[in-house]
Amino acid sequence: MKKTYRIEDLDCAHCAAKIEDAISRLDGVTSVRVNFLTQKMTLEADDRVFPALLKEAARIFASVEPDSRLIL
Amino acid sequence: MTRRQKKAAWRIAAAAVLLAAAWPLPLHGPARLAAFLIPYAVVGWDVLKNAGRNIVHGRVFDEKLLMAIATIGAFATGEYPEAVAVMLFYQVGELFQSIAVGRSRKSIAELMELRPDYANVLRDGQELRVDPDEVSIGERIVVRPGERVPLDGTIVEGATAVDASALTGESMPLDKNVGDALVSGSVNLTGAVTVQVERVFSESTAAKILELVESASEKKARAERFITRFARWYTPAVVIAAVLLCVVPPLFPGQTWRVWFSRALIFLVVSCPCALVISIPLSFFGGIGGASRRGILMKGAGDLETLAGVRTVVFDKTGTLTTGRFAVTGRFPAGGVTETELLEAAAAAERFSNHPIAAAVLQACQSGIDPARLKHARAHTGHGVEVCFDGRRIFAGNAGLMMQIGVTPAECTEPGTVLHIASDGRYLGCIVVSDTCKAEAVEAIAALNRLGVTKTVMLTGDRRNAAEAVAQRLGLTEFRAELLPADKVDAVESLLREGQPLAFVGDGVNDAPVLARADVGVAMGALGSDAAIEAADVVLMDDSLLKLPEAIMLARRTMRIVRQNILFALAVKALVLLLGALGMASMWTAVFADVGVMVLAILNAMRALRAPKR
Repeated sequence: MKKTYRIEDLDCAHCAAKIEDAISRLDGVTSVRVNFLTQKMTLEADDRVFPALLKEAARIFASVEPDSRLIL
Repeated sequence: MTRRQKKAAWRIAAAAVLLAAAWPLPLHGPARLAAFLIPYAVVGWDVLKNAGRNIVHGRVFDEKLLMAIATIGAFATGEYPEAVAVMLFYQVGELFQSIAVGRSRKSIAELMELRPDYANVLRDGQELRVDPDEVSIGERIVVRPGERVPLDGTIVEGATAVDASALTGESMPLDKNVGDALVSGSVNLTGAVTVQVERVFSESTAAKILELVESASEKKARAERFITRFARWYTPAVVIAAVLLCVVPPLFPGQTWRVWFSRALIFLVVSCPCALVISIPLSFFGGIGGASRRGILMKGAGDLETLAGVRTVVFDKTGTLTTGRFAVTGRFPAGGVTETELLEAAAAAERFSNHPIAAAVLQACQSGIDPARLKHARAHTGHGVEVCFDGRRIFAGNAGLMMQIGVTPAECTEPGTVLHIASDGRYLGCIVVSDTCKAEAVEAIAALNRLGVTKTVMLTGDRRNAAEAVAQRLGLTEFRAELLPADKVDAVESLLREGQPLAFVGDGVNDAPVLARADVGVAMGALGSDAAIEAADVVLMDDSLLKLPEAIMLARRTMRIVRQNILFALAVKALVLLLGALGMASMWTAVFADVGVMVLAILNAMRALRAPKR
């Protein structure tokens, strides 16, 4: 499954890169793009673990850049 | 500014005032420290909080943590104003970055205004305002003057003029009548029309373009990948250098620990590759956004980069260099025959044919031929046609047909398809029909040459001499004639082996494999053609060839900005690191190298968004 989510207040490029890197290391993630310019995250991952991965991704956002928020 | 940005701006202002107030106070010792700690806390408490959390999480190379260490270190060495200033400017930089990114995002969003909000659909005689998503194929929608066309379709009632500038960059209104196609994203100007929907919203031109531009920044350019890799080692390297600088020199006699400690702090201040990491993607984003405003869609930063370096341009002939419409380009009546007689005879012979050449001949013959005057039409497959016109037997076709009926045709070397005509065994002359070159083709190719494109090649299925004439007229450097569609891929591959970055330009019809094979595939006149948008790397939304040199110019301009930023940021940081290690740079210099460079790089990047003067 591949889905795109909006992000709020992610202003820095290297934070985006860090978040992208951290999410891509999660188990079950096929590909992930965190785009700070369009404020969007595109996540492609295994259907079964998708909801859990999203939760984990949201946590990574909050941890790396506390100002930003992944809108689910 | 958003609420968050406003809050940050107030905090910066308050801290600046407090810093200015603390500076001249005749305080000493702990009182002085306290006076500076107040503005420091106001402007920097969230950075400190974050830094603390980062230590807990073990992220030591985080810029916030490094900034915190640098400023606390500055306090430790007694550089109070510097400590506050570094934090203050750091926050100014962050705020500026946030505003700049928001601004360019908004500019792109303005471009995205082609997203329609609603559609007026006709259901059971009622007009309903619904989301464009909910309209299905075959339904009818009403588009009033001033409204944006929400879905692709054909006009079934009414007439109007539309502005397609959001799609093509050309502001000239286009007249549309019953039977004409309307493209989503254009604006209806003058009259209300009823449109039969031909594609669902997600497949519509507007939706496709939006998707394309939004995902463009995800296909990374080589320059971006370089920056990402560079950023990964830059920060750790600078931090390690700072630690060494602080620890090693004091081991030697005569060196004090304190001097080297403050030099090391300077390293920490410039340890963030922010200027590069933010300004390079921003430049590409701006370049792609600015180009799309002019009807030039680039699918990715990588494509923009390749386009900027193109040295060979390969054109498909039909529909790209030529209009794709046939017209009579030469009339050569035999002795004693008038041009009108010749054309009339030819038109009579071709009256019942539906070949494009016949259409061109009929169009050229102004008098028109009454079918009642024609009898016994017969086709000589592969050679021509025969008809009885006012009792005369007319033959029209190639030289072979003339020989068959015992007539000697004249030699004709004109490029194009030659049609010989004979009447009752008498040779009347010949007509040449060819595909006409686009009016702007010569100018466009000259512009490409001026841009340093050294090789312009035309691919065509035409005969050799016809191709040569066109190539010469347009000023192309090379041509490949008599190609079958499959040969075009081979031709492009052999040109690719020469090693020059190559662009292939086609109209998107039947040339998807070639578009895909070229370094950068450019599809022209793609308005409403999915296949072209799908297959190409760069899409020119209208038919004008002049868009091609313009696209290359915009791409080069963006690349220039990217290179300026990389060079400028690296040079300043390297210089400050060097001066810092030698003890010739102060904390103030370091702050400039960090925040100042970032601000300048962002400002420079935002130039990419604005179109240059023509």
